[in-house]
Amino acid sequence: MTVTVDRQAQDSQQLEERKESPRKIGIPQEIYPNECRVAATPNTVKKLQKLGFEILVESNAGAAANFTDQAYQEADCKIVADRASLWSQADIILKVRAPEDSEIEVMPEGKTIISFIWPAQNEELLNKLASRNATVLAMDAVPRISRAQKMDALSSMANIAGYRAVIEAANNFGRFFTGQITAAGKVPPAKVLVIGAGVAGLAAIGAARSLGAVVRAFDTRPVVKEQVESLGAEFLELEFEEDGTGSGGYAKTMSKEFIDAEMALFREQAKEVDIIITTALIPGRPAPKLILTDMVEMMKEGSVVVDLAAEQGGNCEVTKANEIYKYDGVTIIGLTDLPSRMAAQSSQLYGTNLWHLLKDMGGAEDYKVDYEDQVVRGALIVHEGKVTWPPPKIENPSPTPPPKAKAVTTPVAKEEKKSGSGILWIILAGLALLGIGIGAPTSFLSHFTVFVLACFIGYQVIWNVTPALHTPLMSVTNAISGIIILGGMLQISGELTSPSVILGAIAILVGTINISGGFLVTQRMLKMFQK
Amino acid sequence: MSNNLVAVAYIAASALFILSLGGLSNQETARQGNLFGIIGMAIAFVATALSAQVNGYGVLISAIVPGAIIGSILAARVAMTSMPELVAILHSFVGLAAVLVGFATYLQPDTSLVGVEATIHELEIYIGIFIGAVTFTGSVVAFGKLNGSVGSKPLALPARHLINIALLVGSVYLGVQFMGTADGLQPLLIMTGLAGILGFLLVMGIGGADMPVVISMLNSYSGWAAAAAGFMLSNDVLIVTGALVGSSGAILSYIMCEAMNRSFISVILGGFGEGSGAAAPAGEAKPMGEATATNVEEVAELLNDAKSVVIVPGYGMAVAQAQHSVSDITKILRKRGKEVRFGIHPVAGRMPGHMNVLLAEANVPYDIVLEMDEINDDLSDTDVVLVIGANDTVNPSALDDPSSPIAGMPVMEVWNAQNVVVMKRSLGIGYAGVDNPLFYMDNNQMLFGDAKANVSALLNELSKTEKELVAA
Repeated sequence: MTVTVDRQAQDSQQLEERKESPRKIGIPQEIYPNECRVAATPNTVKKLQKLGFEILVESNAGAAANFTDQAYQEADCKIVADRASLWSQADIILKVRAPEDSEIEVMPEGKTIISFIWPAQNEELLNKLASRNATVLAMDAVPRISRAQKMDALSSMANIAGYRAVIEAANNFGRFFTGQITAAGKVPPAKVLVIGAGVAGLAAIGAARSLGAVVRAFDTRPVVKEQVESLGAEFLELEFEEDGTGSGGYAKTMSKEFIDAEMALFREQAKEVDIIITTALIPGRPAPKLILTDMVEMMKEGSVVVDLAAEQGGNCEVTKANEIYKYDGVTIIGLTDLPSRMAAQSSQLYGTNLWHLLKDMGGAEDYKVDYEDQVVRGALIVHEGKVTWPPPKIENPSPTPPPKAKAVTTPVAKEEKKSGSGILWIILAGLALLGIGIGAPTSFLSHFTVFVLACFIGYQVIWNVTPALHTPLMSVTNAISGIIILGGMLQISGELTSPSVILGAIAILVGTINISGGFLVTQRMLKMFQK
Repeated sequence: MSNNLVAVAYIAASALFILSLGGLSNQETARQGNLFGIIGMAIAFVATALSAQVNGYGVLISAIVPGAIIGSILAARVAMTSMPELVAILHSFVGLAAVLVGFATYLQPDTSLVGVEATIHELEIYIGIFIGAVTFTGSVVAFGKLNGSVGSKPLALPARHLINIALLVGSVYLGVQFMGTADGLQPLLIMTGLAGILGFLLVMGIGGADMPVVISMLNSYSGWAAAAAGFMLSNDVLIVTGALVGSSGAILSYIMCEAMNRSFISVILGGFGEGSGAAAPAGEAKPMGEATATNVEEVAELLNDAKSVVIVPGYGMAVAQAQHSVSDITKILRKRGKEVRFGIHPVAGRMPGHMNVLLAEANVPYDIVLEMDEINDDLSDTDVVLVIGANDTVNPSALDDPSSPIAGMPVMEVWNAQNVVVMKRSLGIGYAGVDNPLFYMDNNQMLFGDAKANVSALLNELSKTEKELVAA
């Protein structure tokens, strides 16, 4: 180990540096069985370096995700051969899975760890980390507010899981997804039911749709209907008034009647569909059982159920976590490592989430654990040896329709006013007409007729003008209002020196500027409008 | 040419003018429409020139030729960003011509008219000159404001409504005197002066952001002035044209007012920026939170990652002359298969349709330039909205803050998009004098600095990555 030689010196130097700002990020290899992801890719380390960090990567950290040590080296990372020295050299450790006991044992005091932790289920782990005087940020505890979307690793992973669920289903499904008419006969499209239209569900809908399947989706939250339909799936609805929208973009537990209606719907669908993908989770509780044994038995031979909630006990009664097996001719997929099966992709997204978080915390220069920052406070579960989880409760609204009510009511009120004054105007116009009729001579009346009719024509014509052409409209009306030169022309036939002639001539001059200028500039503008 | 032939020619000219305006209903037929207008004008001109009443050809030619030349030069030279100025100054010419025609008509009395007809004739002259004078000075002031030679802040004289009303009453009083005497030149001249002051004060009292309304209002006035001249000369083609132009301008003013949710009267009387505008920024609590600043590289990256982009330009883009760079950015993004569209607020810029003309000048295809109503619903599916030099037109408090001075004004709902980048010099307030909560929203980022410099830098950054993409 060449590295160990100067470790002593580095360590002491680091202790001082750490007080200022932590500069070294360590990327260890994941030790959880079959975990292929890694917390930084050669692409995301570049971004981290731009924030001012120095990156240490454990040898073979990215190998399972197809990122070679060489690739990291080319991205100016330092490869560290053994785990212990990585943990001791780095100030901040980025991980995917929560640190295990063997890792905590080699961990020097006072480190910062950012990874998935699941603090609610792992209280013991929190205490262990706290005893090491560590600072820990849990990526799964990042609050679900819009500003934190870019750091929402759960969504990133759910997105991948949803996609992969469809791929796994297709792999275990003996037919095409898309309907085809071939010389060898007609193939019906596969019917897919997605239960739970969260991030994973929507990703699954999108993937299944792009493979050509007929997709239906169900969710207890009516607000997602639009999102489901925008992806081209049918949104199944219950004849039942209950909104399942809970806080933080999750669903809440529903009433008994609702669940009965829901079950009837699923039973109905189970007979029809070929593939069911379930993604229903309620935070902090075991997954709700939605697909019961009898429903699986109702499904056609060769159908597939993919249960994305397998880790939390499964939405399907017969799911076995981490297993693919056949139950009564139906393939039940209970894999819990779907993101890890697409390690390159998920590492990239997770790494970007981490980068955003570190950037939010000020990068290497202004690195700060800021209690005021809602995102950091939410994710911070242990700070310098003190357990800080759970964070103080913050109101965090799920998507609500924008308050448009106000904007709607004002115009209505106005319209009423308008119609009231409308009658007044009609009366006034009638009186004016009457006055003109009594007082004015015939010659005036004929001109007046022309005038009024022209106003109406103008009114009709102008409303048809597209708003994009309002400027040309103004310049062309400007040009034709130069018709006033006719008035000047009728005055210039007298003596050259008479004031009428002079005034008329000037009127013609300025009017002509208008005509030629107006028409030409309109022409110039209109030429520019092109597709 | 007999009188009947002239009349027929006038009918043809009027029809062509109507067709001309009708042609502007969409981009395909617009050029044809303009051509109709030119033909109509030529017919009306030739017919009048050949009519029995006109024989001073020397004067005619010596007035027409320089006029035509000056007009052509103006039209050829004007930059698209200064279209509003050109339109304003042209309006003033119409107003001036109307005043001159009125005086000329008065000085060359038509002896054939007696009794009521003579009274009506005088009334027509009086009204024609009045409208003409208001249009003239008003347009000159508007020109000055757009030009920057007159400050764009509304001039709030104490009791200016009273002054305006006094001027109006004075004009009416002089009108009565004018009708009463045989030689009414003196009251007529004084009235012209009063009307000129009225036009001046009216437009001085209106702020820069209301310019679209002012321009269309003056457009309308110039039409009515022409129509009044038509009445005094018993010339139907003038009446028709004047009425067309007048109603066109009136409708545009109405559309502009609607787009700002303001009553026409309050704009004309300069009700805005008065009281409310001064109190709001100082007194009310500032929207809390901090605006997130960003830099050009990040914006470029954001755009590279986006699938759909909407660009919302405002007057700032026109001021900075950034439309060409914006157009180049659009081209690059479109080449990369991104959906790029423009969202135009009806009152963006300083005259109706101003932004459209600028974008057209920069060769942005018109079918991706959409109106506010067309694009507002799509904004929630948009990845990135780029706001360039717009402020009040993207202010959410218009919808959700009833106490805001711009409450109820329809705005571009850019905050519904995934990401918003606002290019602006500072967090300062817009013309309406209200703070913009958009700047402090979570999904909004500010790119501070000069619009032109930022857009160019963005363009560079994007073309850099272009090369990287090609290399990779």
